[in-house]
Amino acid sequence: MTPSAADRAPGVLAKRLLFVTGKGGVGKTTVAAALGVLAARAGRRTLVAEVARRQDVSRTLAGEHAPEMGAEIELAPGLFWTTIEPQGAMEEYLTDQLPVRALADLLIHSRAFTYFAAATPGLRELLTVGKVWELSQPQRRTPGGQPYDLVVVDAPATGHGMAYLAAPRTFADAARVGPIARQGRIIHQMLTDPRRTGVIAVSTPDDMPVSEALILHRELPRQMGIELERVVVNAVQPRRFSPKEARAIRAARDEVSERGARAALNAALSQHLRSTANRRGLERVRRATGRPAATLPVLFEPTLGKAEIELLADRLERTL
Amino acid sequence: MSVAVATKLRGKRICICAGSGGVGKTTISAALAIGLAARGARVAVVTIDPARRLAQSLGLAELGNEPRLVDPARFAAAGVQIDGELWAMMLDPKQTFDEMVARLAPDASTREEVFQNRIYQQLSNAVAGSQEFSAVAKLHELHRDGQFDALVLDTPPSRNALDFLEAPTRLTSFLEGRAVRLLLAPPGLASKVVGRGTGLVFSVLRRVTGVDLLTDISAFLRALGGVLEGFREQANAVGGLLRDRETTFLIVSSPEREPVEEAIFFRDQLRRHDMPFGGLIVNRVQPAELLLGDPARARGALAVPLGDRLAERVIANASDLRSLAERDRASIERLQRELGEPFTVLIEEQAADVYDLASLGQVAGALFAEDAA
Ligand SMILES: Nc1ncnc2c1ncn2[C@@H]1O[C@H](COP(=O)(O)OP(=O)(O)OP(=O)(O)O)[C@@H](O)[C@H]1O
Ligand SMILES: Nc1ncnc2c1ncn2[C@@H]1O[C@H](COP(=O)(O)OP(=O)(O)OP(=O)(O)O)[C@@H](O)[C@H]1O
Ligand SMILES: [Mg+2]
Ligand SMILES: [Mg+2]
Repeated sequence: MTPSAADRAPGVLAKRLLFVTGKGGVGKTTVAAALGVLAARAGRRTLVAEVARRQDVSRTLAGEHAPEMGAEIELAPGLFWTTIEPQGAMEEYLTDQLPVRALADLLIHSRAFTYFAAATPGLRELLTVGKVWELSQPQRRTPGGQPYDLVVVDAPATGHGMAYLAAPRTFADAARVGPIARQGRIIHQMLTDPRRTGVIAVSTPDDMPVSEALILHRELPRQMGIELERVVVNAVQPRRFSPKEARAIRAARDEVSERGARAALNAALSQHLRSTANRRGLERVRRATGRPAATLPVLFEPTLGKAEIELLADRLERTL
Repeated sequence: MSVAVATKLRGKRICICAGSGGVGKTTISAALAIGLAARGARVAVVTIDPARRLAQSLGLAELGNEPRLVDPARFAAAGVQIDGELWAMMLDPKQTFDEMVARLAPDASTREEVFQNRIYQQLSNAVAGSQEFSAVAKLHELHRDGQFDALVLDTPPSRNALDFLEAPTRLTSFLEGRAVRLLLAPPGLASKVVGRGTGLVFSVLRRVTGVDLLTDISAFLRALGGVLEGFREQANAVGGLLRDRETTFLIVSSPEREPVEEAIFFRDQLRRHDMPFGGLIVNRVQPAELLLGDPARARGALAVPLGDRLAERVIANASDLRSLAERDRASIERLQRELGEPFTVLIEEQAADVYDLASLGQVAGALFAEDAA
């Protein structure tokens, strides 16, 4: 990477793996995409990985397209995208583990094995993180796979996200010896190494999402022995009106009867209320984590596309 | 298109609120339950809310895995009139599973074996499908006990609607599979019964998983085998419940792109699974009044009371929100085209976060408004 770009890049981008989670709908995908854009700009060969068959990042950054599952696709120079699908990850794992291709095929096509895999709780999660780990290795195991400097995972919502992080260790403990135990421990080591891995909680400034982010802040050390890297509060309302102006706006509602004008006054007042409430949410994060949240503004756009993600990446660069 | 939600839900004993992450499923479930209770019903709402904010506002500080009566005095204090009763619980998937195993296990040692199994303990984590399955199982239990006029079920923030709909079937089809019985048989026997092919599968499997893990997984399946029959019945009953005449799925969406697409997808899946769709709730919609009037006239009307500069900023803010209101209108039209029947209710974006009883009461009011379109 070029020294100047690297110097400006926020420290979190120096890791190998960023795991982005948080409450449903708060902007995990948006933030993961913006992180990817930012890292690629800083010259890091970056992959944004979605899980559980989602394709939201590619839709946002590259418009509608449904590439084949598992492919790693270059969306922009240095910025790659993939969606991890457990079945594919399993086939890869088996092929990698078994010296003879026929043996892997035997398992893959065995109904007994298919049932077995489907019925084992946590196996989907294990296979998915296993693939994430593989993607983030300086030396790829996938034949022909090029290494990435950074992998950003657009993970599911908090509870399920934690289950992903916990899976390797749980299986390692259960297996004790053998290949899964060995690899489970290696993956767990990487996930809990703060130099290589960071977990980022995304939230909106609303009460419930902030509570969920703070639960993660409390539970990560307890369950995984690592600290939450950062809380990113997304979709923050700008402070558009001072309290004095808000009073003037409220007073004007009694004087004005024109329909559009009344609607505009109501909208201004709600915006003011939301913006004020947002500050309280940010303050809660600061108090609980001992550090101000990184913030991203709400964009008044009907849908977010590449241009908006670029803009949010600019903002992230300053706030992270 | 004027309908009252109360009329549309008449005769329904189970309402399941489903939709994409963060669209307001938990909020709408609570508001719906409040609205039904307000109209005299004895209602239980099963919510899934890891942050437990809702529990706090309902005054359910210590939570069991059973519904508790929300103190009527709380509603009175929040200015919400309730003629019936609201019972509420937060789903605890682990406890739900434990209860189920405890009930279905033929004896104490089978039960303990299941509880001690590390693979079983995974279920207590929010692994794919476990929350979904336990939610439906809990619903089934409450339904069977028959203590409530209506049950409202919140659903987990699935990344995939199918996880929820297919939770019971996935389990039954697995349990019914011949393969399970093979897995449960001792390895030597299995290969005798089915010939060398399967025996080879197992030895390869042992090689890639490690012997101990395979033992644990098999032990898990074997232990579950003890409760298998019960599980199968339970899963079948639960699957039947989701298709019952008295059950209805309400799809909650926000006007944003991904949730809208997810809602359409979910409607389609309901059809394919032969499960009843009750209606659409579009939540967090910008006020329609933003689309009224003409900015130039509005600016003129505001210049006197606010002064030119503040008036300008108020208009600019409104125009930002108007672009969202226009998107909302387009989303609502698309949603109605795709899944409009039997009803659509719009809930406006509230100025503050919705989680206390007073604001939930307001959402309930909007949900049950007679002129909901
Ligand atoms: N800062 C923002 N300003 C305006 N809209 C935003 C902002 N961030 C996200 N959005 C929009 O909000 C919606 C939800 O965002 P996103 O898909 O990133 O959330 P998510 O947490 O990934 O959701 P899910 O839990 O469903 O995966 C999207 O339509 C997105 O375009
Ligand atoms: N009409 C509304 N106006 C303003 N805020 C709302 C409205 N409905 C819901 N909210 C807020 O939006 C956030 C998400 O709502 P809620 O938790 O009910 O969604 P959910 O679909 O249950 O999310 P999850 O998928 O994470 O379970 C909450 O902070 C809630 O208070
Ligand atoms: Mg997402
Ligand atoms: Mg919820």
